[in-house]
Amino acid sequence: MKRPPVVTRAVERGLSPFRGKRAAHLLPRARLGGPMPWVIAIMVAITVLATAGGLALSNLVARASGDLAGSATVQIVDPDPRTRSTQAEAARDILASDPAVVSVVVLPEDEVEALLEPWLGAGSEDDALPIPALVELRLRDGAGEPELDRLADLLAEAAPDARIDAQSDWLAPVLAALSTLRWMAFGLIALLAFTGAAAVWLAARNALGSNRDTIEIVHLLGGNDDQIARIFQRSILLDALVGGLLGLLAGFAAVLLMGAQFAVLDSGLVTGGGLERLDWMLLALVPLFAIAIAVYTARMTVLSSLRKML
Amino acid sequence: MPESEIVQFDNVGLRYGTDREILSNISFTLFPGRFYFLTGASGAGKTSLLKLLYLAQRPSRGAIRMFGTDVITLPRERLPAYRRRMGVVFQDFRLVDHLSAFDNIALPLRVSGVREADLQGPVTDMLEWVGLGHRAESRPATLSGGEQQRVAIARAVIGRPDMLVADEPTGNVDPEMALKLIRLFEALNRLGTMVVVATHDVHLIRKVPDSLIMRLDKGTLADPTGALRYPPRRVEAGR
Repeated sequence: MKRPPVVTRAVERGLSPFRGKRAAHLLPRARLGGPMPWVIAIMVAITVLATAGGLALSNLVARASGDLAGSATVQIVDPDPRTRSTQAEAARDILASDPAVVSVVVLPEDEVEALLEPWLGAGSEDDALPIPALVELRLRDGAGEPELDRLADLLAEAAPDARIDAQSDWLAPVLAALSTLRWMAFGLIALLAFTGAAAVWLAARNALGSNRDTIEIVHLLGGNDDQIARIFQRSILLDALVGGLLGLLAGFAAVLLMGAQFAVLDSGLVTGGGLERLDWMLLALVPLFAIAIAVYTARMTVLSSLRKML
Repeated sequence: MPESEIVQFDNVGLRYGTDREILSNISFTLFPGRFYFLTGASGAGKTSLLKLLYLAQRPSRGAIRMFGTDVITLPRERLPAYRRRMGVVFQDFRLVDHLSAFDNIALPLRVSGVREADLQGPVTDMLEWVGLGHRAESRPATLSGGEQQRVAIARAVIGRPDMLVADEPTGNVDPEMALKLIRLFEALNRLGTMVVVATHDVHLIRKVPDSLIMRLDKGTLADPTGALRYPPRRVEAGR
């Protein structure tokens, strides 16, 4: 009888890790056949959109706050145009000589009318609705509410009809709303990350269930938890790579499209919310985070299930 | 316990849930280089005892030492190293359905980290030896029961384990192939592998004259002389 072919002991031979392609074929999966790449693609696309929205709103709030900080407007409301003009010039002279004021400009009446035209209509000669005289001033850095109060007191005698307002006060509710939207966008990102992790958890458990026999065999042949977890990690990594790339492309396309549409509006407020180069780089990191979350979740799910076996 | 002893069971009991014990007061010692047959009627607990042997199950009570280590208290992350020292032929074969015969046989070597270049020759030789050289790329579903069993046996012995556990390994093969497989087990045994074969087949037991017989009866081990629990220490030399 032919001598049976008995190989030398496996443990005495050169060892190479049981992972990568060697291990991957233990799980039969058709690439893009399952829903996971598409789920990850959708998650990444929505996350890219939400992140872009959050970043754009952050930029918008930062720029608007910077522009408005240290600016104030003096309004002189008097039905008599000459009194308005006299008080405006007096106010300008007083403010220009104050050390807290960096610059001061009396807005020409036609410019004020142009500003109000959208609300009052064009060509109104009616004096029944007096248009206030406006004096714009820029305060030195660090000047705040006490300086404005002091300036108001200074103007009280020479320009008794003057009312001084910080410009930031006017837009404070708008900025607060934008800030809330920004935080909502970041909250949405956190929710999407959680939902993505939950989807991967379900997929990993499903894969674990449908491949339980194979896993038990590898387990009984001496495969350790790390080896088995790596098989699933690799599988989900490939899904996440494909899904992440598709999602990033879709998300970028949507952001560019929305950016182009908002740019057409040509509104100062909206154009202030454009994305910087760093923002685009941050968006490109979204799929990497998604992949990391997916792989980590898959690993933890599989290890947790394996610990229930002896 | 001397290190040469591979397995020692001491008053081991096994029950599932709150049912009565499937195995009771099992005590025996197994030495390297010996060939053991485990017999008993259906339902006597042979498969349960084998599960304890190949570390798929923890006992409800008692102590089990393997390769000089208490495997009951051993952390589970250290168990794979012990499983790699065993070969197991499962009663239901447990082949991986989507892997070819070649890949099924190569699986223990791959799990142990043997390089691809090093496993091609041995796996091919093993396939030839069990008469499946022409079915290397066939998947289990396309193999007959006997062919699947041969693949399962080839997978169990390919890594030349210290201990081979086989549950009815010749149940689905013809007498000629059964004899051939027993000769393979004997050849492994001569190389130092301890073999435990669970079987009903009395003729098979007679083919291995030096073998020891462990007989299970309703969950207890028939050992009236204590020979299994306290075997004479003569077996290590010369085998």
